[in-house]
Amino acid sequence: MKMRNALATPWGIIGVGALIGILAPLLQKWGNPGNMGICVACFERDIAGALGLHRAEVVQYMRPEIIGFVLGSLAAALIFREFRPRAGSAPIVRFILGVFAMIGALVFLGCPWRALLRLAGGDGNAIVGLAGLAGGIFIGTLFLRGGYSLGRTEKMHYTAGLVLPLVMLGFLVLALVFPAIAGEPKNDILFYSLKGPGSMHAPLIVSLVVGLAIGFLAQRSRFCTMGAIRDLILFRQTHLFLGIVALAVAAFIVNLALGQFHAGFAGQPVAHTMHVWNFLGMALAGLAFALAGGCPGRQLFLAGEGDGDAAIFVVGMIVGAGIAHNFGLASSPQGIGPHGMAAVITGFIVCLAIGFTMRMRTA
Amino acid sequence: MSTTVDARGLSCPQPVILAMNQMKSQGSGEFTVLVDTDTSKENVSRAARSKGWEVSAIEPEGDGYRLTLKKG
Repeated sequence: MKMRNALATPWGIIGVGALIGILAPLLQKWGNPGNMGICVACFERDIAGALGLHRAEVVQYMRPEIIGFVLGSLAAALIFREFRPRAGSAPIVRFILGVFAMIGALVFLGCPWRALLRLAGGDGNAIVGLAGLAGGIFIGTLFLRGGYSLGRTEKMHYTAGLVLPLVMLGFLVLALVFPAIAGEPKNDILFYSLKGPGSMHAPLIVSLVVGLAIGFLAQRSRFCTMGAIRDLILFRQTHLFLGIVALAVAAFIVNLALGQFHAGFAGQPVAHTMHVWNFLGMALAGLAFALAGGCPGRQLFLAGEGDGDAAIFVVGMIVGAGIAHNFGLASSPQGIGPHGMAAVITGFIVCLAIGFTMRMRTA
Repeated sequence: MSTTVDARGLSCPQPVILAMNQMKSQGSGEFTVLVDTDTSKENVSRAARSKGWEVSAIEPEGDGYRLTLKKG
C-alpha cells in the first residue's frame, strides 16, 4: 500500500530545490558551461545538435542529464507504483507548444531552470527573463481561469508509457557506443562540438548520476518551476515556489563558495543584453509552459511516469531547437538571431490562439 | 446527494481549479473529487486544507482516487 510521500511536503520541496541548487553549480565546476549547470532547454537543444537535427557546431552534445531526468523519474514512478501510461490530450497542440516554448527559451538563452541559475550566478539579464516568465505565466493563468483545457488523457498500453524513457535509453546507448573523440567533430552518427558550450561538459557518468538523482527526487516532490509561479498567481499558494526559492538561494551560496558568482549585465556566459527580447522570449516560453501544464523539467519527469502527452511536448522542444537553429531564430551572445523577432511574434499569435479557442466543459 | 467533480485525466492545475470552484459555489457541506494521479490527489488535498476543508476520506477508485471533502 501507499506510504506517505515525505517529498511532497513543504520541507520536501525545499530540500529537493536546495539539492538541485547545490548540484547545478557543481556540474558547472565539473565542466558544464557557465551558469548552465543544468538547463533543460539548452541541453535538449544540444541533443538536437548531437543528432544533427540542427548543425550549429557549438551546441552539439548528447547531454546525459536529460536522459537521467527521464529515467530517474521512471525509476521513482515504478518503485512507488505511480507509473501510469496515459496520453491523448491534444498531442499535436502540445507538440506545437513545445516547439514555441523552445523557440522562446532560445531567444532568452535558457529555460526557467537556467534563468534561476543565471540569477544565482549574478547575471542581471536573468531578472528581465524571470519577469518575462512571470508575465507569460500570468497570461496563462487568465486562460486557465476562463476554462482553458486541452481535454482529458486516456489510459494507454503499458509500453506506450515507456516510449520516451526507451528513446532516452537509446540515446544513452548511442553516447556510450559513439563517445567523443578528441579533436573530431563527429563519431559515426553523433555530432560533437570542438568549441563553445557544446564542448563543455562534466564527465558522462557524473552528469548521468546527477540527472538520475534529480529525476528520481523531482518525480516524488513534483518540482516545477512554472507551477511555482503559476500557483502563486492563481491560488496564492507558496508550496512549489518554496522549491525554486531554495534552488536559487542554494545555487547562489554554492556559486559564491566556488568563485562562480560574477554580478553584472554585460559579458555574462551564454547570455545577451537585449532586454526587450530577453523579456519577450521568456514570456513566450512561460505562456507555452503554462498552457502545457508544466515547465520543461516537469515535462521530462511526467514523461518518465508514463505521460505520453508530456513526452510529445519534449519531442516538440527538441524539434523546436532544430527549427530555431536552422532558421536563425535562436539568440547568441551577440544578440537575437536574424528571425528571432518574427519567431517570437508568431509564437505569441499561435499560443494566444490556442488559449482563446481551446476551452472544454469539464463538468 | 453530494456532487462529484470528475478531474480524471486533466493536466495541472485543472483538478485544483475544478475543486476550488466547487468549494466556492457550495460554501460548505461535502463533495467528492475523482482524480487519476497521486500528484492531483496531493494538490487537491493541499488546496482543500488551505481553504479550511477537511479531506475526510481518500479511497482508491479504478486507477486513481476518490477524495471526499467536507466543511462545516
